[in-house]
Amino acid sequence: MAEAIKVPTMAEYMAQGKSPEVLFWVGCAGSFDDRAKKITKAFVKLLAKAGVDFAVLGTEESCTGDPAKRAGNEFLFQMQAVTNIEVLNAYDVKKIVTACPHCFNTIANEYPGLGGNYEVLHHTQFLKTLIKEERLTVEGGKFKGKRITFHDPCYLARANRIYEAPRELLEKLEVELVEMKRCKTKGFCCGAGGAQMFKEPEPGTKDVNIARTEEALETKSEVIAAACPFCNTMMTDGVKNKEKEDAVAVMDIAEMIASAEDL
Amino acid sequence: MQYLPNILFVIALAAGVGFFVFNIKKLIRNIKLGRDEDRTDNKAQRFKNMAKIALGQYKMVVRPVSGIIHVLVYLGFIIINLEVLEIIIDGIFGTHRIFSFLGGFYDFLIAVFEIFALLVLVGVIIFWIRRNILHIKRFLNREMKGWPKLDANLILYFEVVLMLLFLTMNAADLTLQTKGAEHYASAEGIVGAFPVSQFIAPFFENLSIPTLIVIERAAWWIHILGILVFLNYLYYSKHLHILLAFPNTYFARLKPQGQFDNLEAVTNEVKLMMDPEADPYAMPEEGAEDEVPAKFGASEATDLSWAQLLNAYTCTECGRCTSECPANQTGKKLSPRRIMMATRDRIEDIGKNIDANKGTFKEDGKQLLDDYISREELWACTTCNACVEACPVGINPLSIIMDMRQYLVMEQSAAPTDLNNAMTNIENNAAPWPFNQMDRANWISEN
Repeated sequence: MAEAIKVPTMAEYMAQGKSPEVLFWVGCAGSFDDRAKKITKAFVKLLAKAGVDFAVLGTEESCTGDPAKRAGNEFLFQMQAVTNIEVLNAYDVKKIVTACPHCFNTIANEYPGLGGNYEVLHHTQFLKTLIKEERLTVEGGKFKGKRITFHDPCYLARANRIYEAPRELLEKLEVELVEMKRCKTKGFCCGAGGAQMFKEPEPGTKDVNIARTEEALETKSEVIAAACPFCNTMMTDGVKNKEKEDAVAVMDIAEMIASAEDL
Repeated sequence: MQYLPNILFVIALAAGVGFFVFNIKKLIRNIKLGRDEDRTDNKAQRFKNMAKIALGQYKMVVRPVSGIIHVLVYLGFIIINLEVLEIIIDGIFGTHRIFSFLGGFYDFLIAVFEIFALLVLVGVIIFWIRRNILHIKRFLNREMKGWPKLDANLILYFEVVLMLLFLTMNAADLTLQTKGAEHYASAEGIVGAFPVSQFIAPFFENLSIPTLIVIERAAWWIHILGILVFLNYLYYSKHLHILLAFPNTYFARLKPQGQFDNLEAVTNEVKLMMDPEADPYAMPEEGAEDEVPAKFGASEATDLSWAQLLNAYTCTECGRCTSECPANQTGKKLSPRRIMMATRDRIEDIGKNIDANKGTFKEDGKQLLDDYISREELWACTTCNACVEACPVGINPLSIIMDMRQYLVMEQSAAPTDLNNAMTNIENNAAPWPFNQMDRANWISEN
């Protein structure tokens, strides 16, 4: 991929005295987690295909502080936030797109109070706009007519009332969307939020991701569509736990579109 | 002697209302023990929310069965209370159905009251069946054992008895009017329309006028005294929601659910750290030495804001939050409803302590953290906001969980080990995992 698509950094842009249309905030999962990196690459392919003039912060990017804040470490959160805001403001960033709902929520809602004001979009919203502006065309392709369910990330659907954009993208893929019993603002968490991703769960009768995966499997879908790298990990683990990984795939919507377009 | 009933009524009314006001003052004092927080912005939106959520019961009907029955009982409560106004005036002046001069409209009103009384009766019986016979999970959680269960049933019994008394009173009154009893009969014929109690009236037909008067008076008195008792029961019960739902929805958070407040005390510290001009050895400002350093987060109910304490008093323990909580639904100890109940219990205990010690709080060796809410509960939360979304009266259990986590992490460094590792990583290499920050862009060149 690397040879085909150039991913410029903000530093490179600045050296040329230019600024990109949008900053792609990759996030920690998208940068380091092997599964999430595939989402990052798929999204980059789509950005390139649509001819979007974008850049990343590269090694200048740093955790938004979301897990620290939800764990209760407000101090660490604000240190991260203030550092990131300094970098973003130094590059005079106006518009940010990210494939992580946690980064999205933090930058959009919690950074303004600390001096970071940007237009922040989740990648599903951005892709929707690209299609609407006819910069990107999406046709059903290999997902056409397939039974697919969508797992709403809490920090997108409930926390920020964004649940139509991902569904509109699935519509473009001409899938047969089957909703789970609990969806949109009433969606059931995957179990990763609130920094749970980074700790063992408290004692209980079941893991949250297993409960949610069971609900997703009830829809008899071939693909569980996700829009968050952490949900993706949790649902993938759940599917493996149920030994359904051969029959059911967990895919980010960006990956689905990239794969439908044979990118 | 002829005015004895009027005098007794006025005394009962004054005592009932007086004790209620006394307790409401205590309630307001307890809520004000919380820390200050500004919830006065955007008044138009706040009024709209109150109208929609509290008055309009918009979030109740998300669950249609309990929601619609609740709307009936709620409407019945409000509408039948109009009749209480007439009862009070009749009680004070010894009149009989003072509003009957309204004629046809009065008949209509009484008919509506009766129909709602019947609907409330049916609704309350269904509620009782749901709570006691059907195994509805959210009524069976561990926090619902003992007093909370009894409290819920007592409220239902109160309402059944009040409605039955109301209908009995009307049936006896109708019979007395029909029989032309003095004080009851009117020159204009029968006043009021009795679509429900007319079916009870036949049972009274063979009774003498004095017996009927005893029945009518007894029902009338027990009904109004019951209302006064019920009014005063509110403060000791989860039923307080019938009043507090209004201020609570008005003062509820307006920001997106995902936006957690940034702690100002921390912002000041961070700014100082980032400021190259800051002098760490600077003399404290005049008078600043005596200030108690700010405490991060909450370990005690009084560390919470007044809005959070109002939340706790408003909670009617319906358990919609708990039934949608992913932690609770997968068998974890956390129940958002219990967070609210424990917070209310603690602030009540603090209030009682203050009352018992002449206005000052005497250390009781307890606090909200550990004695009322365990760490295990706090760490089980995924911050998914399902509880906040589910609450029909705008309560936010998550904000209390977050404040208490802040205390655990920032005051006690008592996070679970795995989380400490993740936070150390963020601090050292800017990601929750132990990867080098310089490798952050490696994905670009990987295939």
